Amino acid sequence: MTVTDADLQEAFEAVIGRDQRVEPRDWMPDGYRKTMIRQIAQHAHSEIIGMQPEGAWITRSPSLRRKAILLAKVQDEAGHGMYLYSAAETLGADRADLTVKLIDRRQKYSSIFNYPALTYADVGVIGWLVDGAAICNQVPLCRSSFGPYARAMIRICKEESFHQRQGYELLVTMMAGTDEQRAMVQDAVDRWWWPSLMMFGPPDEDSPNTAQSMAWGIKRHTNDELRQRFVDMTVPQAEALGVTLPDEALRWNPERQGYDFATPDWEEFKRVVAGHGPCNSERLARRRAAWEDGAWVREAATAHAAKRRDHRGPGR
Amino acid sequence: MTYTSEGGHGAVPTAGVPTGAAPGAVGTDWPLYEVFIRSKRGLNHVHVGSVHAPDAEMALRHARDVYTRRNEGVSIWVVASADITASSPEEKDPFFSPSADKVYRHPTFYSIPDDVPHM
Amino acid sequence: MDHDSAYNALSEASDDRRWAFGTGFEDPLAGVDASVPAGVAGPSLATYCLMLGDDALVFSHRLQEWLTRLPELEEEVAVANIALDLLGQARLLLARAGQADGSGRDEDAIAFFREPRQWRNVRLVEAADADFAQLVVRLLVFSTWRRAVLDRLQASSDPFLAAVAGKGVKELAYHRDFAAGWVVRLGDGTELSHRRTASALEAVWPLVDELFDAHPVEESLVGVAVVPTAVRAEFDEVIDAVLAAATLSRPRVARAGAVGGRAGRDGVHTEALGFLLAEMQSVARAHPGGRW
Repeated sequence: MTVTDADLQEAFEAVIGRDQRVEPRDWMPDGYRKTMIRQIAQHAHSEIIGMQPEGAWITRSPSLRRKAILLAKVQDEAGHGMYLYSAAETLGADRADLTVKLIDRRQKYSSIFNYPALTYADVGVIGWLVDGAAICNQVPLCRSSFGPYARAMIRICKEESFHQRQGYELLVTMMAGTDEQRAMVQDAVDRWWWPSLMMFGPPDEDSPNTAQSMAWGIKRHTNDELRQRFVDMTVPQAEALGVTLPDEALRWNPERQGYDFATPDWEEFKRVVAGHGPCNSERLARRRAAWEDGAWVREAATAHAAKRRDHRGPGR
Repeated sequence: MTYTSEGGHGAVPTAGVPTGAAPGAVGTDWPLYEVFIRSKRGLNHVHVGSVHAPDAEMALRHARDVYTRRNEGVSIWVVASADITASSPEEKDPFFSPSADKVYRHPTFYSIPDDVPHM
Repeated sequence: MDHDSAYNALSEASDDRRWAFGTGFEDPLAGVDASVPAGVAGPSLATYCLMLGDDALVFSHRLQEWLTRLPELEEEVAVANIALDLLGQARLLLARAGQADGSGRDEDAIAFFREPRQWRNVRLVEAADADFAQLVVRLLVFSTWRRAVLDRLQASSDPFLAAVAGKGVKELAYHRDFAAGWVVRLGDGTELSHRRTASALEAVWPLVDELFDAHPVEESLVGVAVVPTAVRAEFDEVIDAVLAAATLSRPRVARAGAVGGRAGRDGVHTEALGFLLAEMQSVARAHPGGRW
């Protein structure tokens, strides 16, 4: 019995329409497959690159407990990257190939990691704001239409909630510390607030792909919806912390039942995503060095495995 | 502007991003192993993801590190992805005959000749 | 089937204590009887705890430096795991040292406010690795030695040390296994990896003998501490087996000299330690009285 393209498309849309999962061996439109690879791969790249700004502070952590927490967090990020690459590979991608595409700048990672982590307070603020924004993005992804991605996201979200809590807890502790520590926290907030808002991407009117992604069950909320949710969640947290957010236009709007806030500087955003952010070249150089310097190690392991197979002989 | 918040930390481009695999293997790539885990309270092994490793012994170590947080009560199986034989959930799968096929992943894992329909 | 519940069977109860390899983030001595046993000299016991603790803390630091620079993502997770284990051991031991010597200093006071000459680690752990081969060779030597020491320390008449050893010996076995696997793969891999691993052995070997020097503090803590001469035979047996499988041989290099007979255990370190501690301690020292 022959199956037409229309039948396949209908079956696919029915799965999406019933809010069920698309699995790797299901038929899917080529655009869907490519979109998923792009999204999952760039998400994975972000996790791996994201290890760098915080990883830079592990050795200088000012208490052994904070050192352990940060070390565990950075390790989690490596793990998250791996879960996501695994999901991308179920679509026919290859992790080494994705890594090369990242290093060659043909695939990207989240622009938030192109900002420098300049003090230990940045570690706390990254946990609070950057991971907080990521959680806003990630919880809806647990219902992504693509099964392996949704399952990876469930695992990631469980682990990520610790990260945000630990970051916020560090800030609470520092705000109860010395004047210098309080100033350090406020300075970090001033530098990370706007980049965190820009993590949600440009305003809806400038995001042409949103409609298709939402129809495919890949994207569940618009950029502006997520950004608004993040602001509404975070402002009370900032008040509890005793820091001010660097936005004079920030105020509660009782009619909308949400916070009004100023427009981010989208010109800076464009520069950073175009590769001219403060840390773009350092982040990639580090990733490239690990990949290239490690080639002889990977080759040695492969050679050893081949020797052992040859030694065991054919049929084993 | 073609950046959206898709993906976890957001603000990544959506246009002009290549996704096709480069032809030929990347020389130093380690093969893929699928990981199955049965927790202490579990009844059977569950597929949880995959790791890359040069051989099965290292795959097992990696799987333990990444997927079980070194929980010693957990049973782990690793299987080279290429060794998994899979069938399709529905008869309407146009790519392969209803009998079992080699790999459970997406069909584009294979290079498929140009003149095969529905590819 | 509920597609969202694939991980239900795997989820442990939400429990911070078991987050990331069971590393407890709270007070390492919480609920543990860390009092000094009768008849044991507190200051000596404290010094011994510092020896074992400083070894772990300094080596953990070097492992931490490798993150984001390793050849594969799986290795990132594995190395972070080892660094966390050793950090956990160091926390317990340093905290205990502060109690045993009567100073009441906590783990952070000890870690962040001692000068290099007050550190009691062996010199093996101080150098930064030149490449991945040096990392795994140094780790093989360190973990083989430390596992053997902790194995015997499980019989210590000090319940605290016995408990730390009991937990640590399982961790060290895992670390040793990881390192051995890599030394074999690199030694018997490609010509290039073989050469690099042979060079790594030559670079690391001069600091091996120091690991087995008996120290007066260890010798004074009879039944409490392990005098490391006791583990040389096991160490040699394991190392020789790994090197044989790796098609490598023991390097013929002289042991690194001491200064007036003193080395790491007496606070006479390599110059590398000064730089390492300057980095480790920088933020804590910049904010004396800071709360973290």
